[in-house]
Amino acid sequence: MEDLSRFKQTYFDESAELLAVAESGLLRLTPGEVDSDEVNAIFRAVHSIKGGGGAFGFTELVAFAHEFETVMDGVRNNSIPVTTELVDTLIRANDVLGQMLAYAREEAAAPPGTTDDTVAALRRHLAGGPAEVTASEPTPTVQPAAYPDDEDDEAGIFGDAMAAIDAARTEAETGIGAPVPEGKLRWTITFRPKPDLLLSGNEPTFMLRALRRLGDATIDCDLRSLPPLPALEAELLYLSWTVTLVADPDVDQEKINDVFEFVADECDIRISVEAPPPAVVAPPAIQASTDPVPVSATPPVPAATPKPPDVARAEPAKPRPNAGNSGGEHAGLTSHTIRVDLDKIDRLVNMVGEMVITQAMIAEHVRDLPPGEFQELLEGLEQLAQHTRELRESVMSIRAQPVSSVFSRMPRLVRECAAATGKEVQLVTSGETTEVDKTVVENLVDPLTHMIRNSIDHGLEGPEERERIGKPRAGTVHLSAQHRSGRIVIEITDDGRGINRPKVLSKAIEKGLVQPGASLSDEEIDNLIFLPGFSTADQVSNLSGRGVGMDVVRRNISSLGGRIGVYSAPGEGSRFVLSLPLTLAVLDGMVISVGEERFVLPLTNIVESLRPKAADLHGLVGKCDVMMARGEYVRLVYLHQLFGIPKAVTDPTRALVVLVETEDGARLGLVVDEVLGQQQVVIKSLEANFRRLDGVAAATILGDGRVALILDVAGLREMSRHYESGYSRPPGPAPAALPAPALEPV
Amino acid sequence: MTTSTALTTIGSTRTDVMSVNASEEQYVTFTVGSEEYGVNILSVREIRGWTPESRLPNLPDYVRGVINLRGIIIPIFDLRARFGGGATQVTKRHVVVVIQVGERTRGILVDAISDILAIGHDSIKPPPDVDSGMIDAEYLSGLYTADDRMVTLLNVERLFSVEAGEAADAAAARVPLALEKAH
Repeated sequence: MEDLSRFKQTYFDESAELLAVAESGLLRLTPGEVDSDEVNAIFRAVHSIKGGGGAFGFTELVAFAHEFETVMDGVRNNSIPVTTELVDTLIRANDVLGQMLAYAREEAAAPPGTTDDTVAALRRHLAGGPAEVTASEPTPTVQPAAYPDDEDDEAGIFGDAMAAIDAARTEAETGIGAPVPEGKLRWTITFRPKPDLLLSGNEPTFMLRALRRLGDATIDCDLRSLPPLPALEAELLYLSWTVTLVADPDVDQEKINDVFEFVADECDIRISVEAPPPAVVAPPAIQASTDPVPVSATPPVPAATPKPPDVARAEPAKPRPNAGNSGGEHAGLTSHTIRVDLDKIDRLVNMVGEMVITQAMIAEHVRDLPPGEFQELLEGLEQLAQHTRELRESVMSIRAQPVSSVFSRMPRLVRECAAATGKEVQLVTSGETTEVDKTVVENLVDPLTHMIRNSIDHGLEGPEERERIGKPRAGTVHLSAQHRSGRIVIEITDDGRGINRPKVLSKAIEKGLVQPGASLSDEEIDNLIFLPGFSTADQVSNLSGRGVGMDVVRRNISSLGGRIGVYSAPGEGSRFVLSLPLTLAVLDGMVISVGEERFVLPLTNIVESLRPKAADLHGLVGKCDVMMARGEYVRLVYLHQLFGIPKAVTDPTRALVVLVETEDGARLGLVVDEVLGQQQVVIKSLEANFRRLDGVAAATILGDGRVALILDVAGLREMSRHYESGYSRPPGPAPAALPAPALEPV
Repeated sequence: MTTSTALTTIGSTRTDVMSVNASEEQYVTFTVGSEEYGVNILSVREIRGWTPESRLPNLPDYVRGVINLRGIIIPIFDLRARFGGGATQVTKRHVVVVIQVGERTRGILVDAISDILAIGHDSIKPPPDVDSGMIDAEYLSGLYTADDRMVTLLNVERLFSVEAGEAADAAAARVPLALEKAH
């Protein structure tokens, strides 16, 4: 049973991907210009979800997917016109399908009526479509000569091939164009395997035989690709076949597809059907490979045949998915990928992290060896360091995912926002293939959603206003991603009105965020929008403007170790720039020491470090110390005070001041004893076995195997405020007895 | 090997032990000063020599800090300090008992490992009525007399669980065995 649940997991994973494929396809579906590839892709996605669901017995889901699929099929064979309403219905159907999957995943029954409205809407479109198939009167005719049934034929492909040539000749003599006999259907199946079909253990003979069992088969072998003997690779398959199958009406496309079930991805299959009476001669023995329409007809309405319709043919207008087409398309997309449980990768990432630490440890010990004596050892270690670095990069890249999984959700959002605001919006995306850690990708959805909404709601003007000021009616939102110096940079640019600085400033003053009369630079004003509780929307719309906007975005981004900035030009638009680390597993940090403790400061927070002169230091109303650094007063924060660390250097002129900047641009001077050096560290959770601590972002293990805390600059700033508000208060609970002996290495 | 076999047996028949009261459970005992404490061997993941910790800021003295246990970071608690004896002046001979409760791992700094005792369920006495200001009664699950020593059995699920940031409810869900029996 456990096995089944594993398959279920795969099914749900795949279904999620398929839903996304269907959705992006649906969003590209424009009335009037239907791309049959798109339509096929959507159809296949829905069909695959249905098929898998059937295997697991999700009856409700299958029933709904069936309705959806039926309409998609109508779209595919042009019997249902593509209209905006239809696209809306289909998008809704896709959502409902997603819900059904979610219920199935939870092993819960969907509430009754979940699908009713959508099913009704789907059926309306189905009913509104023109009649699909006109019944044709069967005419009794002579059956064409068929290849003689020879079940014992062991001659293999060539036997069949030769026989097929014979058959073709016979055919030519008897006339393939003979009308289809009464009550029969004539299928033309072109089976073009890929040359390496045999390598996967498949045997075309069996398939041809299986077809023969379905009815009277005329098999024609195409030898045109056969190279001259010296060039012939014995393991490759150069043949393709065209089979004309005259079969009873109960043989439907599904049965034919079943024959090729295991090779669907490794061949090109085209299937067409012809009902009696054909006015024109049937297809030639060899079909051109450029055959434009893979499925040229749907099976006829059963009522038209003399036999009473049986159960299997109760739904004649729904041929099975076109295996040939999917095979053909997949041919170009075949990628050698495997699905791996994320836990396994994380274990690998952890192990590599350990290796990095061990390697750093060895390097530390080796440093003390007398030079010259251990040349080979040192060289070997140097190589090991190199390999470790490469290994780490490769492992990290396993977790990397293209941002397209986030970007692809945005067209839908833009569509909805545009509809809600009455604006015309065009979304342009670029750099979708840029890769970044999976966790980063997943956490990008909310901030990007919010920012794009903001751009449309606040940034872009309405179409009339845009026309009046000489801009194109439709506003453009450009979403881009790129790698830049070890980080991923995501930009959201709009060509709207830009940030209204006077309005932002007056709002900020009104809300008490800025002192009246303060003179702020343009950039500073723009950045006010990131302050908590700031919202400029005059009216709260349901899109954005509840005042929980950009500050939440900034918090989300900074929790990922990223930063956000805004650049705006009035009347020309705004550009939001997000810069994020490529991985959450390692961090570039500066190792610092305070007393006997070492800490890691994220490099992104560090502006510079300096040793102040006494003249640069001032007391500010007896509350705190400030320092003049590059023409600016910066508040000093003593880490030893905040953390209650004994034996630290307390005099700033003898210590070092590391100038740090929080994500919201506030600067602090962090007083530490020493800066030990820059290092890439592996981020370890403190909360897995302990809990969160103020001023601490996470922990890491240094080269000597000891734990060092990674500092959270914004948290330190917060702590220092509390500390200064109760200036005389000792730092935290009474410090423990000094653990002096404990800190000496054993 | 004998120990591991014993562990398996105990582990698999634990429910029976509890309901029948016939069998025994093994306890690792250790000393802090002159006192001897015991924890159920099933929760002890390993016992390791003292390695220097990295201190955590602004925490009471019984939170010694964190150490690197083969790549995971675990907190170390000082049992002496917790029971009001002041912070332990560690030497190389001090040991850390690494305890695993559920998914979480923590270390307890003690003076020395003393013994492994098989303790019959019936021979565990409930802890006496003590001033809760002096001893954290919820840490204790019972008392046991080994020869003429008294061993205080500790409830590992509660031991430092609140300090380690776990939800107090989850830890409180299990009533100590001895107390349950006393009623």
